[in-house]
Amino acid sequence: MTTTADEPNEKLKDKRGFILRCWDFARELWGVLSRPSTVFALGTLVLAGFAAGVIFWGGFNTALELTNTEKFCTGCHEMKDNVFAELKSTVHFTNRSGVRATCPDCHVPHNWTDKIARKMQASKEVWGKIFGTIDTREKFVDHRLELAAHEWARFKANDSLECRNCHSADSMDITKQSPRAAVAHQRFLFTGEKTCIDCHKGIAHHLPDMRGVPGWQ
Amino acid sequence: MMKRFGIALLACAMAAGTASLTAQTVSSGLRGPTPLNDEGPAPPMLPNRNTSERESRNYPEQPPVIPHNIDGYQIDLNGNKCLSCHARARTAESQAPMVSITHFMDRDGQFLASISPRRFFCTECHVPQNTATPPVSNDFTDIDTLLTRASPGGRR
Repeated sequence: MTTTADEPNEKLKDKRGFILRCWDFARELWGVLSRPSTVFALGTLVLAGFAAGVIFWGGFNTALELTNTEKFCTGCHEMKDNVFAELKSTVHFTNRSGVRATCPDCHVPHNWTDKIARKMQASKEVWGKIFGTIDTREKFVDHRLELAAHEWARFKANDSLECRNCHSADSMDITKQSPRAAVAHQRFLFTGEKTCIDCHKGIAHHLPDMRGVPGWQ
Repeated sequence: MMKRFGIALLACAMAAGTASLTAQTVSSGLRGPTPLNDEGPAPPMLPNRNTSERESRNYPEQPPVIPHNIDGYQIDLNGNKCLSCHARARTAESQAPMVSITHFMDRDGQFLASISPRRFFCTECHVPQNTATPPVSNDFTDIDTLLTRASPGGRR
């Protein structure tokens, strides 16, 4: 009887002991970190810090670039069965010269700070994956307009930067374009009146319900 | 005796006939020299005519052909890429010909505010043109030519 009654107290004592030990360790660590080193030379510390910096920074960027591949994107069935399947029939997947765009070429900014900002935004997409926001075709189709609108807004805001990473207006030879394209590019693109996404919606994926989208019926 | 000889002769003739039939290669201008029981190589795909210039119609009721590429143009419940240029409100910016007013009419002859659903799917009637030379010649003569021929000097 007494033993059973004592057991919780014993456990509590153990637990308190553990927390106290942790606290002691933390204080000791702080003591070591806040005082000058007495064992290692300054040069050793600097070199070790430099090496560790290279390893951590390189590791961070390598891991980041791993999430910036088509293989990573299509690792989820939401992307593989919907948007990636649709891309396969378009000119950005297969064409005469074999140059092709992968998911991050259009959907992740190439500039480092913008890329990090986009990657932080993408944490919302991890939430969506965990809670199955678009885990069926029906749910995906229901969300399609919202998802497309986000991308259109992003392209509009950065003047279709991801298009222009490959398609430079300065390098466009309009004599090689069809008459229709040449006229439209001269009137709207070269004057800056419109940006790529204003006219070229739905070139890589199917379109959502376009009622109410400017320029569409 | 004669009858039996006749039957033998007929059998020989039939055998020779079938043999020559199977040996014969049927060739026509359309399918080329490929034997009938084989599938010939597909001719290469040619680009579409992409001049963006209007082509004259062969008769007034003919749906005008599309003088440009329409690769990847989505026409379905969600949207109609053609209407991004050819809709009434879009023609000023695009300088494209407006969809004919007949397309606003429903099956009861009532004009609607915009394209009638039964005329929504453009490519049911309007098609782009290929650059291939037609494998079969065509001797179609349009009505103006016929009328001119009927009364030389031109009283119509």
